[in-house]
Amino acid sequence: MMASSYKDEDGHITVSGSGAAAGAGGGSLRSKKPENTAFKQQRLPAWQPILTAGTVLPAFFIIGLMFIPIGIGLYVTSNNIKEFEVDYTGVEMSSPCFTCSQNFSWNSTKPCTCSVPFHLDQPYESNVFMYYGLSNFYQNHRRYVKSRDDSQLNGNEESLRKPSKECEPYAKHNNKPIAPCGAIANSMFNDSLELIYIDPNGTKVQIPLTATGIAWWTDKHVKFRNPGAENTNLTVVFQGTTRPVNWRRPVFQLDSDPDNNGFINEDFIVWMRTAALPTFRKLYRIIQRRSNVHPTLPRGNYSLEVVYNYPVRSFEGRKRMILSTISWMGGKNPFLGIAYVSVGSVCFLLGVLLLIIHHKYGNRNNAAEISH
Amino acid sequence: MCRSSGDVNSAFFTVHTLGTVEALSLHSLCFPSRCLFHSLWCHNLFFSLLRSCAGEENWVDSRTVYIGHKEPPPGAEAYIPQRYPDNRIVSSKYTFWNFIPKNLFEQFRRIANFYFLVIFLVQLIIDTPTSPVTSGLPLFFVITVTAIKQGYEDWLRHKADCSLNECPVDVVQQEKVVRTQSHKLRVGDIVMVREDETFPCDLIFLSSSRDDGTCYVTTTSLDGESSHKTYYAVPDTMAFKTEQEVDSLHATIECEQPQPDLYKFVGRINIYKDKEEPVSRTLGAENLLLRGATLKNTQHIYAVAVYTGMETKMALNYQSKSQKRSAVEKSMNAFLIVYLFILISKAVINTVLKYAWQWSPDRDEPWYNHRTENERQRHVVIRAFTDFLAFMVLFNYIIPVSMYVTVEMQKFLGSYFITWDEEMFDEELGQGAQVNTSDLNEELGQVEYVFTDKTGTLTENNMEFIECCVDGNVYIPHAICNGQILSAASSIDMIDSSPGGKRIRDLFFRALCLCHTVQVKEEETVDGIKRGIHQGRPTSFYISSSPDEVALVEGMKRLGYTYLRLKDNYMEILNKDDEIERFELLHVLNFDSVRRRMSVIVKSISEYLMFCKGADSSIFPRVVSGKVEQVKAHVEQNAVEGLRTLCVAYRRLSESEYQEACHYLTEAKLALQDREQRLAQAYDVIERDFVLLGATAVEDRLQEKAADTIESLHKAGIKVWVLTGDKMETAAATCYASKLFRRSTQILELTKKRTKEQSLHDVLFELNRTVLRQRSISGLSVDCLDFGLIIDGATLSAVLKPSQEVSGHGNYREIFLEICRNCSAVLCCRMAPLQKAQIVKLIKSSKEHPITLAVGDGANDVSMILEAHVGIGIMGKEGRQAARNSDYAIPKFKHLKKMLLVHGHYYYIRIAELVQYFFYKNVCFIFPQFLYQFFCGFSQQPLYDTAYLTLYNISFTSLPILLYSLVEQHVTIDTLKREPSLYRDIAKNSLLRWPVFLYWTCLGVFDAVIFFFGAYFLFDNTTFTSNGQMFGNWTFGTLIFTVLVFTVTLKATKCLGLGFVIWGSLLFYVIFSLLWGGIVWPFLNYQRMYYVFMQMLSSGPAWLSIILLITVSLLPDVIKKVLCRAICPTATERAQVRKRFLKIDLKFYLC
Repeated sequence: MMASSYKDEDGHITVSGSGAAAGAGGGSLRSKKPENTAFKQQRLPAWQPILTAGTVLPAFFIIGLMFIPIGIGLYVTSNNIKEFEVDYTGVEMSSPCFTCSQNFSWNSTKPCTCSVPFHLDQPYESNVFMYYGLSNFYQNHRRYVKSRDDSQLNGNEESLRKPSKECEPYAKHNNKPIAPCGAIANSMFNDSLELIYIDPNGTKVQIPLTATGIAWWTDKHVKFRNPGAENTNLTVVFQGTTRPVNWRRPVFQLDSDPDNNGFINEDFIVWMRTAALPTFRKLYRIIQRRSNVHPTLPRGNYSLEVVYNYPVRSFEGRKRMILSTISWMGGKNPFLGIAYVSVGSVCFLLGVLLLIIHHKYGNRNNAAEISH
Repeated sequence: MCRSSGDVNSAFFTVHTLGTVEALSLHSLCFPSRCLFHSLWCHNLFFSLLRSCAGEENWVDSRTVYIGHKEPPPGAEAYIPQRYPDNRIVSSKYTFWNFIPKNLFEQFRRIANFYFLVIFLVQLIIDTPTSPVTSGLPLFFVITVTAIKQGYEDWLRHKADCSLNECPVDVVQQEKVVRTQSHKLRVGDIVMVREDETFPCDLIFLSSSRDDGTCYVTTTSLDGESSHKTYYAVPDTMAFKTEQEVDSLHATIECEQPQPDLYKFVGRINIYKDKEEPVSRTLGAENLLLRGATLKNTQHIYAVAVYTGMETKMALNYQSKSQKRSAVEKSMNAFLIVYLFILISKAVINTVLKYAWQWSPDRDEPWYNHRTENERQRHVVIRAFTDFLAFMVLFNYIIPVSMYVTVEMQKFLGSYFITWDEEMFDEELGQGAQVNTSDLNEELGQVEYVFTDKTGTLTENNMEFIECCVDGNVYIPHAICNGQILSAASSIDMIDSSPGGKRIRDLFFRALCLCHTVQVKEEETVDGIKRGIHQGRPTSFYISSSPDEVALVEGMKRLGYTYLRLKDNYMEILNKDDEIERFELLHVLNFDSVRRRMSVIVKSISEYLMFCKGADSSIFPRVVSGKVEQVKAHVEQNAVEGLRTLCVAYRRLSESEYQEACHYLTEAKLALQDREQRLAQAYDVIERDFVLLGATAVEDRLQEKAADTIESLHKAGIKVWVLTGDKMETAAATCYASKLFRRSTQILELTKKRTKEQSLHDVLFELNRTVLRQRSISGLSVDCLDFGLIIDGATLSAVLKPSQEVSGHGNYREIFLEICRNCSAVLCCRMAPLQKAQIVKLIKSSKEHPITLAVGDGANDVSMILEAHVGIGIMGKEGRQAARNSDYAIPKFKHLKKMLLVHGHYYYIRIAELVQYFFYKNVCFIFPQFLYQFFCGFSQQPLYDTAYLTLYNISFTSLPILLYSLVEQHVTIDTLKREPSLYRDIAKNSLLRWPVFLYWTCLGVFDAVIFFFGAYFLFDNTTFTSNGQMFGNWTFGTLIFTVLVFTVTLKATKCLGLGFVIWGSLLFYVIFSLLWGGIVWPFLNYQRMYYVFMQMLSSGPAWLSIILLITVSLLPDVIKKVLCRAICPTATERAQVRKRFLKIDLKFYLC
C-alpha cells in the first residue's frame, strides 16, 4: 500500500523564453514573462499522505503493537515500586498529633512533638525517598507564585537590602528587609521529621536521613547563591536583614553545614520550587542504602517523630509523610502505563475496524473507479 | 438684481475654490473620494444657493483661466483672482514629521490592532497575570512591520513625486521659452512640449508644429491604450507657430472644475482681438491634453495649463476603489465575534467562580498568602472588575493576534502565483495575468455566477469584413471568398448591372469610406503613405477605437475604395478607378452606445450628404425608403450566422437643411451645461428620414478555447450569463458556438417579440411553469435537460420595473429569479452598460446571495466589473479601462478557467484551512490555561512562561501554517483542470461553515483537555524523575506547551511535504527553550524557567507522555478524515485516489 503519492515529478527547470519569445519588444517581453520554475508554477514535488483507510491502517496497527508492550512495561514498573504514606495532620481525636494540631500558635517557643507509629509490610530494598505531602495548599496561587525575588536569592546584595516589590507584603518587617523575602519563603515547611525503626525486640534505631541531593543541582549551584560570595560568614552577610515573619530561625541558621546554609539550603530550595497543583509532595530526605545484605528499610514497625510546627488546619489542609522507592520512571504512577495500554488497544481496535471498512468500502470505490 | 447676484456668486466662487484647494492639499491621493465628495458637496451647495436668482449664464462650477496671466480687456467680465494649486503632485501619504502619529492612528483604526492595544493598556494599568510584554511585543512587532512596509512605500512615493515635480518644463514667458521645474507651473502658463515628452499637467492645446493643428498622443500610462490618438488645436490659435505669436494671444478659457472623467471636458475659449467682440469657441475633450500622456509624431506643441497638480484628471483618477470584502473575510469576522464572546464568557465564569470559591477567608487569604494592605482596602466591586480584566488578559490569546498579519501575508504572497503563472501569459500581448487586489484571491474559488461580456471577451474582437449587402445584392471581398480568389473588380461586377444599382452601390462604398472615425497611422511622410497604399505595401494602417470600423474600412479597401486620410478637413478617397475623391468633412456625430449609430455630414462638390451607420434597430425606424425588407432579411440571416451587422443609410441635405442641422449642432456643442443631453437631442433631430443603402456583416471570431472554458465552468457548477449589447440572433449564434447553449438545451425566450404577443405577466408565468414542471419530472437526474434563457434589455427593464400594483401580479423580479435559478445559461442581449450592472446586482442581492464574477474587456463592462464580487478585466483591444478597474486582469477569456478552477480552488482551500487552523491552535493554547484556573484557586496564574505566551503565535507556530497556506496542493493542477466538477466541493463557502468551525473548535477543546489532563495525571502527587526530585508548576506548563507546539505543528504538516519547515520550526522551539532555560538572564527579574526544560527532558516519563499525548490528540482528526473518506468521499477525495491509481497503472505499464 503506498502511503503517499508524488505530485508531478517533472519539476524540471527550464530557462524561460530563450529565443521563443521573439518579436516586437522582445527584451521587455522576456523580462515580463514569468519564469518557468517549479516553485513559481506551483509544481514543487510535494509529498502528500492521503489519509485513506488503507494507508493509515498499518500505522494504527504499528501504534497498537508498540504502545501495548510499552504500557505493560510501564505498568509493571510502577507496580513494583513500593510506596507508603502516613497522614500525620492530626485531625481526628485518635491521632497522635491531635493535640499539637489543636494547640498551634505561631509564637509558642516550646516545640510540640508527636510520634506516629506505622508498620511496613514489605522491606524497601533500594534507596528510599522520603517526601512530605501537603494538600489543599495553593502553592500555585498567582499572588503566591510571584511573591519572591529571584535576584535576591541569586545573591544580589542590592536586592538583599531592597527586596522586590513583588514580595509585598512580605518584603519588610520592622523596616528591615526580609531575607529571603516573599510569601513562598515565609511559608516554608518547617516540620521536622525523624524515622525510628522499632526492632522486633523493642530497641529503637534512628534511620539516618540524607538532607542533600534533594534539590535540582542547577538550583543549588547556579540559581540560588548566598550573597557575599567570598564571605563565608553568613551572619555578617545577612546583617541588617530580618528573618521571615513565620520563621523561627534566621536564614543563616538553617543548617550547620555551610554548604547547605542560607539561600542554598536544600530544604529551602525545594520549597521555593512552587508545585503545580494544590495537592503536592516535596522531597524531604533520602535514605541511602547502606549495605547489600540488609534492606534499606526492613519490614516491621516504625515510628515517625514529628516536630509539629506547620499549621494546615486553618485551610483544611493535610500533611503526609511518604516513603517511596524510585525506578527509572520515578515514583508510583500507574497512569502512564494504563494510558499507553488503552491508547494502544484503541488503536489496534480502530485498525481492525478500518480493515473492515476498507474491505467493504474500498472495494466499492475501486469498482466504481473501474467502471468509470 | 442679477448683477448684484453675480457679485455674490463670485465671492462664493472664490471661497469654493479655496475650499477645494484646501481639501485637495489636506487629503492627499489616498482620499480622493473624499476630495470628490467635498467638491461635489460644494458644487451642490452652490447650485442650491444660486439657483434662486442666477440666470443660466452663471456657471459657478466653472473656472476662468487667463492665458499667459493676462487680464482681459476692460469691458469683459471683472477680473476675479482665483487660486489654484500649483503643479506639485503629492501621492505620498505622510511627511517626515507626521509619519509616526498618522501611521499609528491609521493602524489602530483596525479593530484587531485596537483590541490588542486595549489589552496592552489594561496590562500596563492593572496588576495582570502576564506582563505587558506578552501582548506588547507581538503588537509592537505587527505595528512595526506594517509601519516599515508603509514607510518604505511612502518613501518610494516621495521619491517618485520628487522626480516628477522636478522634471524640467518649457514655459513661454515674455515671448521666450524658459525652462522651469514642473511643480512651478501655474494655471494659465503657456507650456511648450516636445516630441516624446510627457505633458506636465492638463493642457488646452493651442497650436502644433503640424500644419493641420493636430498632434498625436498616446495615453498608455493613463488607460493603457497604446494607440495614437489625435488631438486638435483650437482652430483660432492653431496658426501661432512661434513663442512670440503664442505669447501675444489674449484669451481666457472658461471650463468646468476638475472632474475625474478622462474622456469628458467642457469648456469655452474667448479670444480677444483689438476692440472686437471676443470670439468664442467650444472646447472639448479633443482639445484637452492630459497629464501623463505622451506627445508622439509631433515636433512640438504649445498649450496652456488649465488643471494643475492634484487637480489634473490623472491625479483625480487615482482613487481607490471601494473595498470589496470576500466571503471568507466575512466568516472570519463572524468567527472572531464568537471567540470574543467565548473569551468574555470565560472571563465572567472564572470571575464568578473565583468569588464563590474564595468565600471563606481561609481560602481567600490563607495564612501563607496574604494580600498587601493596598489590595485589601480596595472595594470589592473594583477588585472583581480588576479580576475580570485580568482574566480577559489571561485568555486574550484566544483571539489570534497574528491571524490578520498571516492572512494578509498569505494573500499578498499568494497572489504572486497568479502573476507568475506561465500558462496565463500571453505571448502576443507580452503580458501575463495581473493582480490589482489580493484581497479577493479566495473569492475566485467561490464563484457561482459568471457574467461575461461577448465582444472582446468571448470573441476575439478581431473583426473581419465578410460581406455586404447593397440593395439586396451581396458583395464579398475576394480575400475571404471561400478560397476562390477573385479580383475585386470582378467580384463586384459579376452580380450587378443596372445603372441605378451601380449608383447606390458607389454611394454605399463611399458611405463606408467616409462614415467613420478611423485614423491613418503614418509611417513615413505624406507622400510615402500614398505611394505605400497605392503599391499595396503595408506602410500605413488604420487605427480606431472601434475594431468594427477598421474592419469595414479595410473591407472597402479590398473592394476597391481606399480611404487615404483626413487632410485640412477633407477626406480623401481613392476610388477603384484610382482617382482621388475629396469630401469636406463638416460634422461628425459621434457614436455612443445609447444611440448605437454614428453619422457624418460631408460636402461633395455640389451637395451635402449625411451618412449614417449603426445597429439595425436604430437605423430601421429612421429609414423612409430603400429596400428595407430585403436588407432586413439579409441582416437577420447574417445575425443567425453569428456575424455582426451594421446598416448604412444616407440622406441628402439641402442647403437650408444643412444650415439648420449646423445650427442645432453648434448650439449644442457650445453649451457648457448638459452638453451631452443637448447633443443627443440635436442628433435625434438631425438623424432622420434616411434612405437605406445596405448592410454589412463583420465576423468576430470566438476566442481560442472559449467553448472549452465555458464547458468547464458549467461542469464546475458555475452559471454563465452572457451580457451583450449585440442583437439577439448574433448573440445566440455566438452562444451556440461557445457551447453556452447546447443542442439539447431548451431555449426559453423572454424577448420583446414575445411580450408583444402576450403580456409580460403571462410569459413569465408560463416559463416558470415550464421550468418547474420539468424539474419535477426529471427529479433526481439533473443533467437530462437544461434550460437556456434569452432575455433582451427592453424586457429586462420591464421585469425590473417595480410593479405599480401592490399585490396584483406579484413581483416579477422573484419569478424572473426563479426562472433564472433553473437555467444553466442565460443570454442577455441588447444590454446597456448600466443594465449589465443592474443584472449583476439583481443576482447578487437575491436570497441565496451567490458570489458573482463579472468579466469584460471594454469600458461598457466597467460598471458590472465594479458591481460584481470579483471583477475580471480582459486586456483587450478596446483599451485598458476594464483591466484597470478590475480586481484581476487576464489576457484572454480562456485564462478564466485556470484562474477559477485552479488558483481560486487553491486559494480558497488554503485560506479556509489557514483560518480554521488559527482558531484551532489558539483554542488549544488557551483552553489549558482556563482549566488550570480550577486548580489554582482562580488566581489567574498563567500556565506558560511569558516567553512562550509571547512567541507562540509569532514564531513557534506561525511559519509552518504560512507556508502550508502558500503551497498546499491537495490535488494537482492537472487534476483540477481535468475535473472541473471538483470546484463544486468547495462551493458555498463549504470549508468555513459553522459545523466545520464547530468541529475545529471542539477539536481544539478536546486536544486542550488531553494536554492538560495528561499532564495533570502525570504530575498527580508523584514524581517522575529517577532521582526522586520534584517538578514545579513551570515544568507542568512547559510540558503542556511542548506537547501543544508539537501537536499543532504536526497538524499543519499532516498533508505537507515541506518537512524542513516543520522540523525547522520545531527545532527552533527546542533550541529556544534550551537557550531560554539555560542561562540566568540578567535582564529578567525572575528566573522561573531556569533549567526547567532540560530537567523535563531528562525524565523518561516526560518523553513518553509527550509522545502519548501527541498521538492521542492527533488521533481523532485522523479517524474522522479516514472514516469520512471511506464512507462518503467527496469528489476531491475520489480524485486524489484516482490520481494514485493512475500513477500505479502507469508504473505497471512501464514495467
